Amino acid sequence: MMSTVAATETTLTKKRHLLDLQDWSAEEILALFDTSDVMAQVMQRTIKKVPALQGFTVGTLFFENSTRTRLSFERAARAQSADVISFAAGGSSMSKGESLKDTLKTIDAMQSDLYVVRHAVAGVPYQLAKWTDAIIVNAGDGRRAHPTQALLDAYTFSREFNGFDGFKGKKLAIIGDVLHSRVARSNMTLWSKLGAEVSLCGPSTVLPKELEFAGVAISDNIFEAVEGAHAVMTLRLQKERMQAGLLPSIAEYQTRYQLSEAVMRLAHPEALIMHPGPINRDVEIAGVLADSERSVIEKQVANGVPVRMAVLYTLLVGKK
Amino acid sequence: MRTVIKNARLLDSEADYGLNDLYLKDGLIEGYNLGGEVTEGDDAAGKTVTPAFIDLHTHLREPGQEVKEDLCSGLSAAAAGGFGTVISMANTNPTVDEPGLVADLIAKAKAVGQARLKPAAALSHGLKGELLTDFAALKTAGAVMITDDGIPVADSHLMRRACEYAAPLGLIIQTHSEEPSLRQNGVMNEGMVSQRLGLPGNPSSAEAIMIYRDCELALMTGARVHIAHISSRRGMQVVEWFKEQGAPVTAEVTPQHLTLTDEALAGFDPIFKVAPPLRTQEDVDYLRDALKRGVVDNIGTDHAPHTQAEKEQDLVAAPFGIANIELAFALLYTELVKTGELSLVDLLKLLQSGPARIMNWPTPKLKPGQVADLVVLELEQSYPVEAANFKSKAKFSPWDGQKLTGWPVATFIGGKQVFQRDS
Ligand SMILES: [Zn+2]
Repeated sequence: MMSTVAATETTLTKKRHLLDLQDWSAEEILALFDTSDVMAQVMQRTIKKVPALQGFTVGTLFFENSTRTRLSFERAARAQSADVISFAAGGSSMSKGESLKDTLKTIDAMQSDLYVVRHAVAGVPYQLAKWTDAIIVNAGDGRRAHPTQALLDAYTFSREFNGFDGFKGKKLAIIGDVLHSRVARSNMTLWSKLGAEVSLCGPSTVLPKELEFAGVAISDNIFEAVEGAHAVMTLRLQKERMQAGLLPSIAEYQTRYQLSEAVMRLAHPEALIMHPGPINRDVEIAGVLADSERSVIEKQVANGVPVRMAVLYTLLVGKK
Repeated sequence: MRTVIKNARLLDSEADYGLNDLYLKDGLIEGYNLGGEVTEGDDAAGKTVTPAFIDLHTHLREPGQEVKEDLCSGLSAAAAGGFGTVISMANTNPTVDEPGLVADLIAKAKAVGQARLKPAAALSHGLKGELLTDFAALKTAGAVMITDDGIPVADSHLMRRACEYAAPLGLIIQTHSEEPSLRQNGVMNEGMVSQRLGLPGNPSSAEAIMIYRDCELALMTGARVHIAHISSRRGMQVVEWFKEQGAPVTAEVTPQHLTLTDEALAGFDPIFKVAPPLRTQEDVDYLRDALKRGVVDNIGTDHAPHTQAEKEQDLVAAPFGIANIELAFALLYTELVKTGELSLVDLLKLLQSGPARIMNWPTPKLKPGQVADLVVLELEQSYPVEAANFKSKAKFSPWDGQKLTGWPVATFIGGKQVFQRDS
């Protein structure tokens, strides 16, 4: 009896999730980037498939629709020969008499080893992690976190920035609706953890009032934020923000916060332009910049698969 | 029927009568150390006997939401928590907005024979915030308080008319003061923690603004306005400011807002989702300080049971509320009295004479001739919270497993014992 309990406890403490990057060390993240390099090579081959995850089942559990992210994860799982089960769950299921826990328990009966979870409300991946023995990967929860997006952003920067020599001394500027952005939140967590300086910029109505992070600056002035930046990331402007009274108009936003060539002139000469997509051309970013040589927007999408392959591999098989 | 409780320390919010044998007869307190024949007797050596508590803020969920709680489970839970009288909130299904519903509740509660029930009635039909209910008819049927609790009254004009209409009837208006357009869809306190957790926040300004409006209307109309479950420093400061100017307002705080902070949400457990939300340590400290300064008139539990399944949803979908009536006294005694922050008598005031004064009811005392609604407390022993054994249908708790001191071990209603703690 005693030994069973002890064994369960060990597996529990050993089990690793990707709920938020706060629980991952800089070393683990850099190791994950190395694994991503290996995965990227796999994706260059004629036959883009390895048997690394053969016998494992990955369930994608998307309570909020996101075809891009789901396909990227499913590709990452299948390229490693894992079986994939996709669940498209509606919003709140209590109307059908089922709690979130009930929904998970039903799906859990199909025995996935790992769930990729997307939900419109922050914290759901944490709640699910309490109710299942499977590993949970957060694919975006509310405005809280989108760790794999941040990982692929930082990975892309580290592999694309000319003469990259580490994150120390680098500056990332994030421009837009920072408050409602899980991408911004995860990126500020990750880049500051890796030693970079992060500067958040947007209209004051959509900026956090206070932050618990060291090394993160908040400004409503885009020139100040972009000055000397090695990477400039603009966020998609959701049109609902205008209706919610958070922003006056698109025109005013374009004037004050659009990433333009004039603004980019203040950045580091080698600075890269990033965007988590999908872009509103000529709203948050000038179209010419999105298409320019400094833009790595398409690289970000392409790197989504190898980085997610590395995440699945690291969590299911562990680093060797 | 004649009962004796022997060797008990007798204490109410006005006096400590020391060790005595307390005699109860025909539902009333007969006197001390009288001797003579009794039908029942109990030895309460080492225990304290005090008037049963009064809760001005209980959600009993009947009619219509019996899956969460009903009169039998809720009033039994109240008695187990040492409460002799509770005011039930009207946010049921249907809402308690008709005199017949009030009369029904009173009749059913009598049959249950646990804690006494005094129903509150809705301020507006269906809690829709549009049309006033028939205050006078509701009062005649037995309603003692008018409130849309659960839903803030957004329309200031409606609130003004409610106050004006209630004032000459001597009815108390209780308010759930949160400005809806400012609290929006917030599920927790807006601040550093909501920012970190990425959850939509509800700023304490939403509470302070609405408390200001409700106090201002009390001052304007002369109506008795009772501000329920004040959660923030800013909200409490507004009430204090109006009290200094003689506004006829009273202030309530809850056990949860006195003991928990927004950090409790860090594990994303909707069990801690409550309205108004748990605030910061600074707010908790301020509310505790307000208790000490005597600015708070009562502690109401805001016992708000839900099913476990409802709380096993995401934080937006899960309903607001914490079920706590069975452990409220032990929690308050452990957190406030044992720590030396508040005297036992001051805590009793907030649960006995305080709520009675708000309602214009006689002060509960251990005097011969008074109704024998009593609670026997074990103030020396600590036991863990066992939510699975709650009388309430909500058999889970933020404090489950936590060791608390000061549990009620027996409760008498009208001289009849209705609760006995299993040892
Ligand atoms: Zn309320």
